[in-house]
Amino acid sequence: MNNIAGSLSQAFSLILHLDQELLSIILLSLRVSGSALVVSIAIGLPLAAFMAFGKFPLKGIFVNILNTFMGLPPVVVGLLVYLFLSRSGPFGFLALLYTPSAMIIAQTILALPIVASLTHSAIVSVDPIIRQAAKTLGATPLQISLTVIREARYGIMSGIMAAFGRVMAEVGAILIVGGNIAGYTRVMTTTIALETDKGNFELALALGLILLAISLAINVALNVFRKKGTAEA
Amino acid sequence: MNLRLRISQIRKSHNGDRVLDDCSFFFEQGGVYVLTGPNGSGKSTLLRICALLERPDSGEIAYFLGQERLEDNIFLRRRVTLVLPQVGIFNTSVFNNISYGLRVRGAGRSEIEQKTAEMLAFSGLTQKRGQNAPSLSSGEKQRMGIARGLVIEPEMLFLDEPTASIDETNTRLIEEMILEKKKQGITMIITTHDRAQAERLADKLLMIRDKKLVSVPA
Repeated sequence: MNNIAGSLSQAFSLILHLDQELLSIILLSLRVSGSALVVSIAIGLPLAAFMAFGKFPLKGIFVNILNTFMGLPPVVVGLLVYLFLSRSGPFGFLALLYTPSAMIIAQTILALPIVASLTHSAIVSVDPIIRQAAKTLGATPLQISLTVIREARYGIMSGIMAAFGRVMAEVGAILIVGGNIAGYTRVMTTTIALETDKGNFELALALGLILLAISLAINVALNVFRKKGTAEA
Repeated sequence: MNLRLRISQIRKSHNGDRVLDDCSFFFEQGGVYVLTGPNGSGKSTLLRICALLERPDSGEIAYFLGQERLEDNIFLRRRVTLVLPQVGIFNTSVFNNISYGLRVRGAGRSEIEQKTAEMLAFSGLTQKRGQNAPSLSSGEKQRMGIARGLVIEPEMLFLDEPTASIDETNTRLIEEMILEKKKQGITMIITTHDRAQAERLADKLLMIRDKKLVSVPA
């Protein structure tokens, strides 16, 4: 009990003094997860719009596959990215393994189905009368689609925040492809795992508290978007 | 403005049930045509077909400008508009809702501001300009829907049950809006199941009887 209290006290001290090592780990986490999120949005939003508005065969099966990918196990993603990026893999020549880029790729694969699937779900949930109203007011097919996407904005933001929450808290994939190299690929979750293993609970706890604070902030933002969406619907 | 509409031998079925059978009519420019009849008689379906929102199973919809027949394209669609019974409120301010049709037509900022302000005043919603539209009352939503249709200065305006399920005050305000626009020569085609209202508004009264469109003597 004394051990936990002591570790907690030192963890708070690390946070308050904004230890340099702690800061660099937090910044790298945000950089990796933030980049993965940006790439996921750039691919996921057009993909979701295409799935929602496009007419093509086997659409229902594609939507089901996308929904299934939301639950991809991170270690499996890590393993696959590792196999593709390892020296003997098809993309080994890029020398990306054990770099932040490899971690961004792995996290993008985890975040993309969440962004795309929840965006698709938000778009198809928009009342069909919105599309009809836009059409009767003279909107072109593209303007109609943009209007529907705008109506789905709170649902889309919820999806983006959910994806960010998942990749920020993820450890399996980035540990495999990043290698947890100090000062280079070490992020919050991998540091917590490593420091706990070593018995250095202060840094692990400090990072755990910050991760919790970030999760809390994401959840608060999620609730704000959900409430806004419900209140204005 | 001299837009006219001819519908010929329109047939339409929903889920295998024939709703409209051999409906034909020529809507001349100007005046108020009121289409009346009980719920489920096919009024809304015919209105949606006329407004190019639905296609008939067979028959022809033809718009004429003078003697020239217009092709069904975005330019024709921008000459007419339909105000749906549930309006289809966009989740944004009243101002943004009313100005939508101007914005999709690429109107400039000053034109948007001026015409939208005029329509806000016309519909009695100036005070609600910045309010989130979904929070309006049913009657205000309906008035906003009509203002949103009128702001683009349509040559033909379709109103589907514009006063259904709203209070007397709003019904009176909407009828005043319709009569005011009638003076300006806009062709309006309105559906209502309220026979008294139909007679108050109509220059020409129509009815769907046995799935066919018929003229009713005043």
